[in-house]
Amino acid sequence: MADDVKKENAGEESECKLDASGMEQSILGPRRPMSDPAISVRHISVAFGGRSILRDVSFDIPRGHTLAIMGLSGVGKSTTLRCLVGLQKPDSGEIYIDGKNVLTLPPNEFDKLRKRIGMVFQQPALFDSLTIGENVAFGLREHTKLSEEQIQRIVAEKLSIVDLPGMAHLYPNQLSGGMQKRASLARTIATDPDVILYDEPTTGLDPILSMVINELICDLQRRLKATSVVITHDIRGALLVGHQIAMLHKGEFVWRGTPQEFQNTDDPFVAQFREGRVSGPIRVQ
Amino acid sequence: MIIFFEYIGKSVLGILDYLGSLFVLLLECLSWIARGAVRMKLAIDQMASLGVDSLLIVVLTTTAAGMVISLQLANIAVQYGVVGVVGGGVAIAMARELSPMLTAVVVAGRAGSAIAAEIGTMKVTEQISALKCMAVSPVRYLVVPRLAALVAMMPVLTLFSIIFGTFGGAVLAYQSANIPYEIFWDSIVRLTVLSDVCYGLLKGVVFGFEIVLVSCYQGLNTGRGAAGVGTATTSSVVNATILIFITNYLMSLWLFPAS
Repeated sequence: MADDVKKENAGEESECKLDASGMEQSILGPRRPMSDPAISVRHISVAFGGRSILRDVSFDIPRGHTLAIMGLSGVGKSTTLRCLVGLQKPDSGEIYIDGKNVLTLPPNEFDKLRKRIGMVFQQPALFDSLTIGENVAFGLREHTKLSEEQIQRIVAEKLSIVDLPGMAHLYPNQLSGGMQKRASLARTIATDPDVILYDEPTTGLDPILSMVINELICDLQRRLKATSVVITHDIRGALLVGHQIAMLHKGEFVWRGTPQEFQNTDDPFVAQFREGRVSGPIRVQ
Repeated sequence: MIIFFEYIGKSVLGILDYLGSLFVLLLECLSWIARGAVRMKLAIDQMASLGVDSLLIVVLTTTAAGMVISLQLANIAVQYGVVGVVGGGVAIAMARELSPMLTAVVVAGRAGSAIAAEIGTMKVTEQISALKCMAVSPVRYLVVPRLAALVAMMPVLTLFSIIFGTFGGAVLAYQSANIPYEIFWDSIVRLTVLSDVCYGLLKGVVFGFEIVLVSCYQGLNTGRGAAGVGTATTSSVVNATILIFITNYLMSLWLFPAS
């Protein structure tokens, strides 16, 4: 892993953060210029069975930046991600990705947009009937006209990035949990997406492997200049990968700021979460 | 009394909703097929796992059924001195009713449950969500190849079932009632017409649609966890079997009206 993304002092600005640049090529075509927000969420609300999950949530993420969303389990973090990628339809509000309202896009237009979005699930969600190589090649075979030789080259390259070289022939159940997470990451980045959504990428992993994944996320941001949302409980990870950190509590953003502000703020929600205190405004139900 | 009618009303609405959902799934599959979006490699793989691998159990089941029918028919025929109808009777019963229905029930139990369990597991492990996120339609990728495969294989399985069921009947007629094979065969030729077999195969096609649609629908709508997969699997077999019996009755009324 590159040394420049290793940071012991997480309060400083992460070195993996990106500068805006002009049009670039990805496997799926030209990227949009980095001038406008890549993701803009406006007043979304979601309720399941009368229980409010998200309440009037709004945020913008500039192109190439990463928002780390933290909070207790069950406060609506994953629901926010699922809304972004269309797996969950909010009851109200608007979601813009690349300037397009994903909630009003026709299905075929939304599918075009989805090709530019990658999502890393909490579970690896690898297709268990396919090998790791076939998993990584899946999006390329579905959405590009690349030759088999080019696909194999990309598969080898992406597996090498996630430190799984030579594992293409194995099936997901032949890998450890951490290796599956990395393989899932390789599948997500195979098409060089403009937007990457990470749903608790380090949950269930040991601290060292968690940091490997966090550094990998930073490395990918540097390589792909992708706009990212990272859902995590891992404070070190959030400080490392996030340009912005947001605290979600009971379906609402109660705090948002930079990693440095996160470390220094006296906000009672952030302070309780940061210090892992039982007492405070956040009540575990 | 009101609660009773509410229960009946809710049940009827639930059944209509379920059938409507299956119909919508069918339309989506047909729209993909019309656009030429059938993945032949996946379809051929499914033909092997859903069709070819079911052949042995289908043949065993329907051969036994043919033998039982022949046993009952041959004994009665001998008593009344009409042994010349046994072969035709067995062949007609197999071709029109028993082979299509038994084949479908066996395939629903073996292949339908496997489909529901596989897709259900994919649902609870977020593989279906991953497909959607990758802009790949789960219906196109998972349902259409299975539909194409089973609809193609069901008539083949039904034909094997008719042949083996009738053959089993001939063996048993000879063993239990001493009805010679020539008389049995002659009876088949005299009493059976090609349409009996063709309509039986048509039933097989319709049942193939039903098995795949029900099992895929149950898989795609699996609830949470292992229990959800179990429920989906059971429901796929139960619902497909009920649908097969009802459809078989309706198709028999339509295809073989009482003269």
